[in-house]
Amino acid sequence: MIALIDYGAGNTASVANALNELNVEYKITKRELDITSADKIIFPGVGEATYAVKQLHFANLFNLLRIIKKPLLGICLGMQMLCEKSKEGDVACLGIFPESTELFNKKNVNVPHMGWNKVDIIKESKLFLDIDNNEQFYFANSYYVPKSEHTTGTTLHDIEFAASIEKDNFYGVQFHPEKSGVVGIKLLKNFIERC
Amino acid sequence: MVSKRIIPCLDVKEGRVVKGTNFVNLRDAGSAIELAERYYHEGADELVFLDITASIEKRKTLLELVEKVAEVIRIPFTVGGGISELKDIEALLRSGADKVSLNTSIVKNPEIITNASKQFGSQAIVAAIDVKRVSNEFKIFIKGGSEETELEGFSWCKKAEELGAGEILLTSMDKDGTKSGFDLEFLSKLTDMVSIPVIASGGAGTMDDFYDAFHNANVDACLAASLFHYNELTINELKEYLNNKGINVRL
Repeated sequence: MIALIDYGAGNTASVANALNELNVEYKITKRELDITSADKIIFPGVGEATYAVKQLHFANLFNLLRIIKKPLLGICLGMQMLCEKSKEGDVACLGIFPESTELFNKKNVNVPHMGWNKVDIIKESKLFLDIDNNEQFYFANSYYVPKSEHTTGTTLHDIEFAASIEKDNFYGVQFHPEKSGVVGIKLLKNFIERC
Repeated sequence: MVSKRIIPCLDVKEGRVVKGTNFVNLRDAGSAIELAERYYHEGADELVFLDITASIEKRKTLLELVEKVAEVIRIPFTVGGGISELKDIEALLRSGADKVSLNTSIVKNPEIITNASKQFGSQAIVAAIDVKRVSNEFKIFIKGGSEETELEGFSWCKKAEELGAGEILLTSMDKDGTKSGFDLEFLSKLTDMVSIPVIASGGAGTMDDFYDAFHNANVDACLAASLFHYNELTINELKEYLNNKGINVRL
């Protein structure tokens, strides 16, 4: 069973539709028991970082998510939440990855970074199994996680930033696999079946 | 580098797609869900639904439509039409829409842009702006183009950006339905002025019209309705054409 975390700052409907297409058993939940008993966890996120962190605290999930040992996939703001800190409101996030999010420079590029962009797979990752290099995924982000040793895929928008990150049981993708057509569904399938 | 987007627009009335010329004369173009699915499979990068239903049942019908659309497509979509409150936005996003577009409500109550982008993120808030030339000036129109306002085109777009909109969907009422090309004059100036993505709407007639909007006016996305609904142009052939002319699109 997959726990799809609903903490009031994520678009669970779209991820749920994608999971329905894959015929996967899942539960939309914010209950600790559901999350600890799930095989895998999907942690979506849209919106603003300080609001999302506040919602995580309200739902009493902040500490649980830091120590969980199950494979967890953070999507978009969910990936940014896995990092140390967000420049968006200067808020402390889960701190699983040591990186901090930065704001794109709107002198050089449009902000938000909105639309389909290529992902250059720079490190072998189970998430990208059977997915070609430079496939396009759908992004909608104003902040980004800088490229680091944990980066498995990068994308170019003014600078080269982390499109995907990985460490132990934690995975993060900046793009929206649930909104990235057939290739996005493939990535979700990889998380569910191979990670 | 982010790809240029092609966005079919579905004007929806009671679940059916309709398309008028110069904002009037509606003609039926089919089931909204069927068309959405067709465009998804044909390579649309995104979809826009503008609800023009005017009845008390409107909200419920629209939410049901959004839920059904979200079940069948795996690309982002925007919903607009008569949205005036944060709770409307929340309900639409929860039903599976990725963004909402606001037109009349942001003129009547500009703070809604700021409040909505704070709560849902600016990426979810599209300022849908209708402009028309009125005695050598670009004026902003609301209520589906039926009411002229005092607002000037460029300054209102800039204001929408400052208030927190994540994107501008710019419809030229002079061009809408004419198939004589996008309003390159307005769009070129606009893309120089703002640093949020701009979607061009109104006037698409040929594949070169799209090329001109991307290449000459530097817009991020182009929107069209009847061209696609009546199969005058398929999204695949349009994207192949643009790609061959050096425009960065997703094939």
